[in-house]
Amino acid sequence: MPSLIDIRRRVRSVKNTQQITKAMKMVAAAKLRRAQERVISARPYATMLEQMLASVSGAARGDDKASELPLLAVRPEKRVQLILVTADRGLAGGFNTNLIKAAQRFLAEHQGQEIVIEAVGRKGRDFFAKRAKLSGEHIGLVNKVAKLTYAETQAVTQRVTERYINGEIDAVYLIYNEFKSVISQKLTETKLLPIEMKSEGGEESPKDYIYEQSPDVLLGTLLPKYIENSVYRAILESIAAEQAARMTAMDAASTNAADVIEKLTLYMNRVRQASITKEIIEVVSGAAALE
Amino acid sequence: MAATFELEVATPEKLVIQATCIEAQIPGAEGELGILPGHAALLSSLTSGVLRYKAKDGRDEVLAIHGGWVEVQPTLVRVLTDAAENPDAIDKARAEESLKRAQSRLANVVENVDFARALNALKRAQVRVEVAKK
Repeated sequence: MPSLIDIRRRVRSVKNTQQITKAMKMVAAAKLRRAQERVISARPYATMLEQMLASVSGAARGDDKASELPLLAVRPEKRVQLILVTADRGLAGGFNTNLIKAAQRFLAEHQGQEIVIEAVGRKGRDFFAKRAKLSGEHIGLVNKVAKLTYAETQAVTQRVTERYINGEIDAVYLIYNEFKSVISQKLTETKLLPIEMKSEGGEESPKDYIYEQSPDVLLGTLLPKYIENSVYRAILESIAAEQAARMTAMDAASTNAADVIEKLTLYMNRVRQASITKEIIEVVSGAAALE
Repeated sequence: MAATFELEVATPEKLVIQATCIEAQIPGAEGELGILPGHAALLSSLTSGVLRYKAKDGRDEVLAIHGGWVEVQPTLVRVLTDAAENPDAIDKARAEESLKRAQSRLANVVENVDFARALNALKRAQVRVEVAKK
């Protein structure tokens, strides 16, 4: 039977752990709030950009010059680029594991094709550093949370689009966690390039705009921005999702620690009582022996 | 009441302005665009420049914007730009310094200077300085 002191020590250690998990939960909650604000404030631009892109691409349809734009070029997918957005840090429940699993599934599905991974986030980089071919890594980006600037994410996109335009890669996919709510993240896999134009139906025919530049020129400048913005938003979403996952995980850990403390305290009291009872019996039996 | 239109200026990071305006001047890529309520639908790309608008209450406001597009509809003007800066947000001294730097870089062009980039930087700096003076 462990001694009283041993149990007391364990209780103290679990209490320390609980303090840490509680603190981490608070930090994640604060960061989550800021990350959420960023996601929301990025929305107006993205919706406007999408609408603009839809009307311009509607106007540019059938235009030979527009369909020759490098970002719309469809090639047989021989070399595939994957952008994997993970976290820089762990202790966020299944956040990184799920991403890595999804990426592995992606690799398995695209067997026979040459796949290169652009890793955003340390966790994905570490896992795939020896298991797959990395084309680049971006560490410390997602750790900035609310201080992340648009320009910093541009670096990620720029390299990828450049390679696409040069014909070094034939398709670009993006895997990241979308922020659904505080308790759930949605693992998302999207195709970034070639851009698939939504074929806008005749019902919502594009408005008759005066185009200062011809639609194909406008489209040529809009498309790269669209890709940039998609990546930027994916990273923002991932940051929010990471903090949410960490908050949930740390909340669960704190609750678990409370349970353990309760059990240990109960056990400790039982041990103490048993030793008291034993002592009483000894005293009583000792007195009885003297009679 | 005078006719008005809604002006929205958004950067990838946030919605910078949402205001009801009487008129606006926007630095279009092909030249300054003056916009009044009821303007015909128009799409244009933008250059670095000063965006001026007169709010409903008659206030004149300026904003430095850097590139992007504008979508004009009779009652709505949407500006999508890479960066938008209020006059208050611009450090005048720093802006002037970067203007000088850009000028000197263009003045003694060396082979390995990216001319377009340098020109861009100059333009940005000029806009900043101009807006900061307001």
